[in-house]
Amino acid sequence: MDFAFMQEAFLRLIAGVPLTLNLAFTSIAFGAIFAMLLALMRMSNIKVLDWPAQAYVFVFRGTPLLVQIFLIYYGLGQFRPTLDALGLWGFFREPYWCAVLALTMNTAAYGSEIIRGGLQAVPHHQVEAARACGMSGFLLFRRIIFPIAVRQALPAYGSEIILMVKATSLASVITMMEVTGLAAKMISQTFRAVEVFVVAGVIYLVMNFIITRIIMAIEWWLSPHLRRPPAIEPRLEAAHV
Amino acid sequence: MQQLSYFELVGFGPNGWGWALLTATGMTIAVATCGFLAGAIVGTFVAWGKIGGNAPVRWLADGYTTILRGIPDLLVIYLFYFGGSAALGAIGSLFGADGFIGVPAFASGAMAIGIVSGAYQAEVFRGAYQVVSRGELEAARSVGMHRWLMFRRIIAPQVLRYAIPGLGNTWQLVLKESALISVTGLVELLRQSQVAAGSTRRPFDFYITAAMLYLVITVVSTYFFQRAETYSLRGMRRAS
Repeated sequence: MDFAFMQEAFLRLIAGVPLTLNLAFTSIAFGAIFAMLLALMRMSNIKVLDWPAQAYVFVFRGTPLLVQIFLIYYGLGQFRPTLDALGLWGFFREPYWCAVLALTMNTAAYGSEIIRGGLQAVPHHQVEAARACGMSGFLLFRRIIFPIAVRQALPAYGSEIILMVKATSLASVITMMEVTGLAAKMISQTFRAVEVFVVAGVIYLVMNFIITRIIMAIEWWLSPHLRRPPAIEPRLEAAHV
Repeated sequence: MQQLSYFELVGFGPNGWGWALLTATGMTIAVATCGFLAGAIVGTFVAWGKIGGNAPVRWLADGYTTILRGIPDLLVIYLFYFGGSAALGAIGSLFGADGFIGVPAFASGAMAIGIVSGAYQAEVFRGAYQVVSRGELEAARSVGMHRWLMFRRIIAPQVLRYAIPGLGNTWQLVLKESALISVTGLVELLRQSQVAAGSTRRPFDFYITAAMLYLVITVVSTYFFQRAETYSLRGMRRAS
């Protein structure tokens, strides 16, 4: 192990962290909204809405993310004249937006299943109690169903976020220079795969560790009702004195 | 030149890429299967370390699964491809050969997948082992079975039975991961589609075909894993 080289590698790879986090959080933010929509479509009991959502989830979970990225970035180039006419070519020409789109659509498929699980796990008596108080429709969803579902889905959504941070590495294949892209470039320049790998691996592990801690903190913050009550400080008993 | 229709393009005619795509699909299945089997072996040992190891072994096994599940698979594939080539080159230079010696993309890809999926399979096996009833293990010990016999007769059959659903999930992961090996130049399904897309300038047609072929493999393997699950549960009492 050559520590001077590893330090150089660290300084070069750390420059890719902002892009990695940017890709991850942009697509998770858009993906979560899309996932919510898909979950509601699947739970609507309306076939016209349920079927497309089901097909979408099946297709995006059954094909590799890399194929989806290539399909969007390279594949849509086949329809350039049409996209030009629609004014969308500016969007699909940029590898950044293609990567964000692919990651968003991919995480929406996985996320919708997690959210659906959370929504289905809302205890029925809570909904009945709310209805008995006269809540219905959006108010019921906003006050009762959604908050409970979020708490149920958060741990699973946390691992989806970690998966997404890892998945951003695929954007390096369409020329995005995030951590993996910089690492691959450095490996092919220096042929010192092990050192670069160790440095890049440590960077990803630290990122993921911090994200897991943040999610655990949010979980803790959202569940005051599950926490133990603060222990009463043992005091010196005055009675025996 | 006249534009070929989609079905001429991916069909089996003189200008069609059908056979190439089918061969590449076979390659995808082959590399994914090898990686999955390698992962099963790695996963068994790591699960063993987690369950029965002493503190340092357990610590090592836990570290392995945490690290491999926390870093991108693409990095591991690069490590095995470039790192393996560097190692081979170093060995080659001992024998007087100089220059770049490439590791076969198939071997490095299957190994990378095996190492990554081993981490997932270790967790699957560990979870399945915990479902095996303690009483049966005690019974096996009380009739005098030693470790290997107990593993073969009591542990392995039951762990496999409980692990099938989890292994099915891991297989789907492995199958999708195998697409990443295309970056090392192995001509599997995605790489072949890239080649075809480049030479015909019809990228969308080929990538959508690749996506459909991946879906077909997924559906077929889901069916087989379900069959295996019902078969493995044939002697079990069902709830309800």
